[in-house]
Amino acid sequence: MASLKDMRVRIASVKATRKITKAMQMVAAAKLRRAQDAAQAARPYAERMDKVLGSLNKRVTNKDGASPLLVGTGKDQTHLLVVMTAERGLCGGFNGNIAKLARADANRLTREGKTVKIVAVGKKGADNLRRDFGKNIIDRVDLKSVKNLGFVNAESIGDKLLALFEAGEFDIATMYFSEFKSVIAQKPTALQLIPAKLPEEKATGATATSAEAVNEYEPSEEAILGFLLKRNISTQLFRGLLENAASEQGARMSAMDNATRNAGDMINKLTIKFNRQRQANITRELIEIISGAEAL
Amino acid sequence: MAGTFKFELVSPERVLVSADVEEVLVPGEDGDFTVLAGHAPVISTLRPGVIESKPSGGGVTRIFIDGGFCEVTPTSLTVLAEKAHDIAAMDKKTIAVQVMAAEAVLHSSDATDEQLRAAHIAIGHLKWLDSQAN
Repeated sequence: MASLKDMRVRIASVKATRKITKAMQMVAAAKLRRAQDAAQAARPYAERMDKVLGSLNKRVTNKDGASPLLVGTGKDQTHLLVVMTAERGLCGGFNGNIAKLARADANRLTREGKTVKIVAVGKKGADNLRRDFGKNIIDRVDLKSVKNLGFVNAESIGDKLLALFEAGEFDIATMYFSEFKSVIAQKPTALQLIPAKLPEEKATGATATSAEAVNEYEPSEEAILGFLLKRNISTQLFRGLLENAASEQGARMSAMDNATRNAGDMINKLTIKFNRQRQANITRELIEIISGAEAL
Repeated sequence: MAGTFKFELVSPERVLVSADVEEVLVPGEDGDFTVLAGHAPVISTLRPGVIESKPSGGGVTRIFIDGGFCEVTPTSLTVLAEKAHDIAAMDKKTIAVQVMAAEAVLHSSDATDEQLRAAHIAIGHLKWLDSQAN
């Protein structure tokens, strides 16, 4: 049986933990708002990019010799998984869920006899995948020192991917990130980056000709499409990073909320136990005194 | 005088400019061009350069962009640029930083021809801006 002093120390320690989790929850709430604003502000660019790419795609798929970024290399032997996770833990199942999805796909691809390469963005995902796929991780991107995610961060990853692609290092690239549905719901998602999945698939002849009549392209539609496809990769990566940042804070907020509540329950239980024991001690001492007096 | 149209300058991070304007000078890949209301629809890539927009209220706004692309319709102009700087807010120091970044690209061994060309143009513009800035 723990002594009264031990219990008092225990209660004090749980109280300290509760203060920390409460503070972390509030910090996460503030960061979440900022991350959501950033994701919101980035939306117009991505939307317009999508629109223009969609309409360009309608025209150019009719021609041969389109960019391999769009039509692929014609193979699907080597897969590159870009796994985006957080730099820090203590955010519930956030990192684990993304890694789990990536791991399931990596296992499936390996079984099918494909080569799997992994670029790990964020420390936690790399740690998580290192045990099973340690030698498949070809690159790691550290965003620990980045305070505010900027497009430059996405661009540097995008440039890396393009360089690898041009060197023939992989055929298909897929990005793994957590889609931000709401504060309590984040969905791990896989999105194919290369070859690009564009909103509009092959258009019918009629709309293609009408689009041709509507727009002029400078310099040529192929050149613009090639230019945009490169940018699109960075844009998609940027979107993934922003969604991930918001999801991470949301996950951390609810995880810390739970932790705070658990700590509160624990304090209540411990306090009741502590009081019972204290009263039992008093009663026992009284009995000893009374029985001592009676014995006289 | 032609009417006004909607001019939007969007960076990946946020919408930088959204205004009604009378005319905008855009540094297109194949040469500068001016957009007025009712312009034929064009999609063009842009080289690094200066966008000059004339808002309906009068005056001129100059913005330096580091390449990008634009979509013109008869009623709107949307410029998507990765980096944009309002020239009025640019001083010698920020320009010097940009020149250094562009020069780093020029001197790096693994830059593509396309990047080299863009960096070259950017430096030319930045030097000009430097002579204009106070």
